[in-house]
Formats: sequence, structure tokens, C-alpha cells
Amino acid sequence: MSLLEARGLICHFGGVKAIDGVDFDLEPGEVHALIGSNGAGKSTLVGLLSGRIPVQAGSIRFDGRDITRLPAHARVACGIAYAFQITSVFPRLSVFDNVALAVQRTGARDLRAGTMAALDRVGLAALADRLAGALSYGHQRLLEIAMGLALAPRLLILDEPTQGLAAAEIDSFKALVRSLPATILLIEHNMEVVMDLAGRITVLGNGRVLARGTPAEIRANPVVQAAYLGGRDADA
Amino acid sequence: MRMLALHLGVLAVLAAAQFLLPAYHHTNAARIMVLAVYAIGYNIAFGYTGLLSLGHALFFAAGMYATGLLVDRGGEPWLALLAGLVAGGAVAGAVGLLALRTAGPAFMIVTLMFAQAFHLAILYWGGFTGGDEGFTLSGAARRLGPLDLADPTTRYFVALALVSVAMLGTLALVRSRLGRVLVAVRENEERTRMLGYDTFRAKLLALMLSGLASGAAGSTYGLMFGYVGGSFAAIQYSILPLIWVLMGGAGTVLGPLLGTALMFYLIDLSSSVTTASQAVVGAALIGLILFAPRGILGTLRERGLRGLP
Ligand SMILES: Nc1ncnc2c1ncn2[C@@H]1O[C@H](COP(=O)(O)OP(=O)(O)OP(=O)(O)O)[C@@H](O)[C@H]1O
Ligand SMILES: [Mg+2]
Repeated sequence: MSLLEARGLICHFGGVKAIDGVDFDLEPGEVHALIGSNGAGKSTLVGLLSGRIPVQAGSIRFDGRDITRLPAHARVACGIAYAFQITSVFPRLSVFDNVALAVQRTGARDLRAGTMAALDRVGLAALADRLAGALSYGHQRLLEIAMGLALAPRLLILDEPTQGLAAAEIDSFKALVRSLPATILLIEHNMEVVMDLAGRITVLGNGRVLARGTPAEIRANPVVQAAYLGGRDADA
Repeated sequence: MRMLALHLGVLAVLAAAQFLLPAYHHTNAARIMVLAVYAIGYNIAFGYTGLLSLGHALFFAAGMYATGLLVDRGGEPWLALLAGLVAGGAVAGAVGLLALRTAGPAFMIVTLMFAQAFHLAILYWGGFTGGDEGFTLSGAARRLGPLDLADPTTRYFVALALVSVAMLGTLALVRSRLGRVLVAVRENEERTRMLGYDTFRAKLLALMLSGLASGAAGSTYGLMFGYVGGSFAAIQYSILPLIWVLMGGAGTVLGPLLGTALMFYLIDLSSSVTTASQAVVGAALIGLILFAPRGILGTLRERGLRGLP
């Protein structure tokens, strides 16, 4: 059975059909990449799944349960975590407190141990006492990821996690994703990361699904090549 | 640990002050300490959770009137005091259920309207509440068991006990998991929600704790000084705790006490030399905004005292 089943999702912003009738499934344990040009609707789609943006039409089931109307915070309790595209750590709180907020949400007994373990996974343990706002951009991205995985989610949604990371950091990010037990939904412009990590890929364009398949199938798909891979976004 | 010692030290100094200060200051100090409890309550909502309310006089007065009306009709003072606490917290909860559907300026307006409505109700039902003139409490009504609140020394130590509980309670709160969530709501509510927190509930809880402390302050203020009146429900009493907290440092544990004491003596001293004491207060506030926009302790915290809770 699928972990997540979305059917007929629609989200229009005024005249902009950001998401226009999308079906979407995630299998337990898979790493699924969501790609598409700028403005294709990727962030909007995961916004609908995570509950940040209300669904206008359609339905979402998670682990067999209808979560279409569930508020965002309750979806986190179900096991859906979302790491923001625009880094939104708490800049005036310490790195430790940022992650501790996520860890204490899971009801962990030993807050310090859980927090340091999550920081360790992204290599930020040594910076625990710094203010988050004082970190470099790349480190803030890693902190954002640490907050997501500290929630111990069953589905972790990462919105362009490697944006702004250095090559070495991207390598350790890939190793990190491979080591996670959770199902991962990854929005990513870096095609090398996508091809490396993803078991399946969904291509979005103008709020609709253009194609879906394994990396090899996507690479070979003429529609995708025309609309995306060969297009102006190949720079990524 | 060092921070706990600092706060205990401040309380010890206050206890010693009773023996060192001339008697003139005892009543002032008791007044300041009770009002500081009000400021501490306000700080939970405003300083830590980011809820800028303009209606806290409602919670202060709810506590004061609940207690005052009960003892005035012969109620047991201990129970009346308890009723004051409950009234502050419960009224804050009820107001929060509606007002917290809004945020920012709308929240300010809605809380202001609730407080104004209560003030007008007190004036309108003057036969029951004593209206604008209020009513005084008899000696018997001000006796908590063996504690006679009309006695200056007793009053001083009761006020000290109350402010100690409020201060150490805030210290425990801001170091707790709940405190971390409240600060997160203040810093970025949307992000906090996406970490799985029901931020409406967190804000409601903060407002109720805030109302509880405000109610406690109002309740004891009435008992200690023997007077309950409509002016305590007026808008001025909603603005005062905001000013005290801004002055001492919003989101610091000691700030409310410091701000309350400074403002009190600023008015006290300036009105002894000029009739324009309000102008002195205004000038002090302008200076504060220009040179220490985060309040005295908030600015100190920025300049190196980072561990200050
Ligand atoms: N809150 C909003 N109000 C109005 N329009 C919006 C809103 N959010 C997104 N849009 C529009 O919806 C479309 C899809 O946006 P979305 O952010 O989902 O794209 P994306 O695929 O994530 O793009 P990017 O790769 O740039 O992050 C865009 O045209 C965008 O301008
Ligand atoms: Mg996006």
C-alpha cells in the first residue's frame, strides 16, 4: 500500500493555476524527486501535502488516513515533516534550541542527547551554542534539514535542500539522505543529485504532471527533454 | 545555576531592603512588587510570546473585582484571593479564544475593546460595583488568616512572596519546553506550526498564564491597599505594564520588576520637583527607544550578557 495518495489536487492563486489536477503517490521507503522549471508548482504541491496551503479540491491520504482537512501541525504529528525552501530557521535562537524544538515535539525524554544526535548527523554539533542567524547560508540549510529529521518523520519533504551548498556539503548530504529510514520527497534542481538519489521522479510543469518514472525513463522521455532537461533549467 | 543565583540574590536584596530602607519606602516597595507581578504576567504574553495586548487591565481588574466584591460581601479572604486568580486566568482564556483568531494590530484592537467594554460595564452597573468611585475594604476583609494586610511589614513580605513566586515561576517557564515553544511562536509562528505545534493553543496557554498573574496582582493589590475602583480597569492600566516591560526589557525575567520600580520612582521623584511629571516620563521613554530599544536588560543581553533569561 502507498504511504501517501493524493488525488485530483487543485490550488489556484487567482488566475495562476499553481496546481491543476495532480495525482501523486509515494511508496514507503522510496526517495522520490520532484522536478520542474521555476514556477512549475513544486513548492505549492508539497505545501498542499504538508498542510501549509489549504487544498481547494482533491484529497490526500497518508498511511490510509484521510488528512485532506488536517491542519499542518497535526500532520507533523502523523509523521510528515517539511524543510522549507526559503531557509526559515529561528535566527535569534541558538542552533541547539532550533533543533531542540523539533526533538521535544517527538516527546523525547533526553532532549540534549536527541538534539546533539540530530546536529551530529548534519555535522553541526560543534556549533550548537551559536545563534542560528550567525551561521553561514550553507550551515543554515543543514540546520533546516536537521530540524526536519529531528522530528523523526515517516515522510520527510525537502524543498531544494542543496541550494547554496558547497560540493563537499552536497556529497555529505547525499550520504545523509541514503542513511535515513524515512520516505523522502525531494524537490531539487541539481540533476546530478536527483539522478543519484531518486528511485522515482515526477516532473511537474504548469501545475500538471508531465511525466513520472525511474531516472532512466525520465532521461529518455522526449516530453521531459523538450520541456525541462534540455531547456533553460539544465544549468542546475 | 548562576542565573538562578542572580534571581535569588535580587529577591534577597528585596528582603533586606525592608530592614534597611526608611519606612517611607515600604509602602512604595510593596506597591512596586505587586505591580511588578502584573508586569511579569504581561511579559509572559508580550515579551516571551509576542502577543501585544492593549487590554490587560481587564485581567488585572477581573482579579481585583472578583476578590474585592467577594470579601466586601463577607467572603473568606483566602477563597476570594483564589477567585481573583481564577478570574484573571479564565477571563484571559475567554478573551483569547476570540482575540487570538486575529494577530498584530487587530489583536491590539480586539483586546482593547474587551477591556473597554469591561470598564464601561463597571461604570454602568455602579450600584453593584461602586462605579467610578469604587469601594474601600474593611479591616476584616483584608486579613488572610494570621496575615493582616493593612500592616505595612506584613504587606511588604506578602508582596515579596508574591513577586518571588511570579519571578521564579517565569524563570522555570522560560527554561521549560513550553517556554521554548512560546519564544518560537514569537520569533516565527508559521515555522513553529510546521514543527508540529498547535500555535493557537500555545498562545492561548500563554495568555491564560499571563491573565492568571495579572489577576493575582489585581487581587492582592485590592486587598493590600484596601481599595477597588474603576480606574484600575481603564486603558491607562493596560498601557502601564507595556511601558514597564519595555523599560526593563521585554522577554527578560528581571526586566518587569526593574521597569516597574524605575517608572514608579521616576514619577515619584519628578512629581516632587515639577508638576509636569508626565513630560519627564515621556522624555524617559523617548530616551529609552533611542538608546536602548530592547529595554535596559534586553540591551544588556545584546551587549554580551547572552545567558540572561
Ligand atoms: N501565495 C501565492 N500567491 C500567488 N501566487 C503564488 C503563490 N505561491 C505560488 N504562486 C505562484 O504559483 C506558481 C507555482 O509556484 P511554486 O512556488 O509552487 O513554484 P516552484 O515550482 O516551487 O518554483 P521554484 O522552482 O521557483 O521554487 C508560480 O507561478 C507562483 O508565482
Ligand atoms: Mg519552490
